[in-house]
Amino acid sequence: MIDKSVKDKSNKVKVDTEVEGKTGDIDFNTLKSGGLIKQTQKDLFTVRLRCPGGRVPLSKLEKILEVAKKYAGDYVHLSVRQSIELPYVDYHDFKKLNEELSEADQKIASCGRRVRVPTACSGCEYNPNGIMDTQKMAEVVNEKFFAHPMPHKFKISFSGCPIDCARTSENDLGFQGAVEPKWVDELCIGCRICASACREGAIESDPESGKPVFYAQKCLYCGDCIRSCPTDSWQEQRKGWIIRVGGKHGRHPVVGCKIAEFVSDEDIPEFIEAIIKWYEKAGKTCGTLRIGDILRMPEQWNDLISELRIKFDKKLLPDPKMPYKNEIHFE
Amino acid sequence: MVEDMVSSQLDIRGVMCPINIVQIKLKMKEIENDGILEIVLDEGETMQNVPRSIKKEGHKIVKVEKIPEGCYKLLVRKNGGGLK
Repeated sequence: MIDKSVKDKSNKVKVDTEVEGKTGDIDFNTLKSGGLIKQTQKDLFTVRLRCPGGRVPLSKLEKILEVAKKYAGDYVHLSVRQSIELPYVDYHDFKKLNEELSEADQKIASCGRRVRVPTACSGCEYNPNGIMDTQKMAEVVNEKFFAHPMPHKFKISFSGCPIDCARTSENDLGFQGAVEPKWVDELCIGCRICASACREGAIESDPESGKPVFYAQKCLYCGDCIRSCPTDSWQEQRKGWIIRVGGKHGRHPVVGCKIAEFVSDEDIPEFIEAIIKWYEKAGKTCGTLRIGDILRMPEQWNDLISELRIKFDKKLLPDPKMPYKNEIHFE
Repeated sequence: MVEDMVSSQLDIRGVMCPINIVQIKLKMKEIENDGILEIVLDEGETMQNVPRSIKKEGHKIVKVEKIPEGCYKLLVRKNGGGLK
């Protein structure tokens, strides 16, 4: 039998450090909100660290290792959303553990009904496919919105390109890098490389001249044509973020759909703020639901879109599609 | 004719990424700046990846020719980045 109890009291432990603004006897839910997750074993917790974008500077990593050796199990766990977790921490050690992590400015994450740590791929900094700087934006979200209380959990992710490794359609709010190409006839030598490079069949070569015929509706905005063109006749028309809202994974996954394209870095915080504000309002009438489940109600969806339309006007797609259920259990 | 200036040849048909890109890199080391390397490669995935990495390395594709049996011939000028 696994002993699930805690020494002191049922569902409450005496913690000598501040968690979620509380000290003393704290219940498990509050602890969990503060990134301290009760394990099945007596007195032991998993401590989730805050690692925005899955990037952990070596100075922090060294400190994490030092602290883990002292207070945690003999491994760390990499959470599905890119954070380092320290398992098997006795709650009596919370204070010391927290203080020592703070020496390297390593913070503990947060769970529960709030804005979670943003996830991100490596982005354009060194990944050849990268179009937008995901790590920079993950840091912006981490600074501005992390732990903001919400009606339910709220996850944000950033993918640098349409390969979408950070699964922007499965997050409450997802941002995916995109670049729209334009073609300059005078520079083109009709080499046909772009038609070979395009994985979407959006470019065909004219049989006579070899020059490209572009089918814009098939383009995913990945930029392969721009990268492969030997004469730079394919160029950047505009680039920015595709925004998807309402996705989630879990027991009943929902696919979040695109609401805007080519949004600049500078406009992202405003978009997030507007959507957070709307979700706070909707949560008051709809209760504890993920934003994707709320947005599958047509009147709520229309309300969000018309509210965003006032603020962002043409930056919003003319007729965005509602999030929809991705049935994985009974198909 | 740029074909007359070919200083080296490389056949990477049937060679997968990223080995083919490594082979190009090694071959390029043997060639002087502005020398021309002729590369024969398969269409499909190789043509999706190889030209863009050649460009990224700062070389210049000066000619592309479709040859029989689903293959391409590229003429690449070493460190010839920029428009010619």
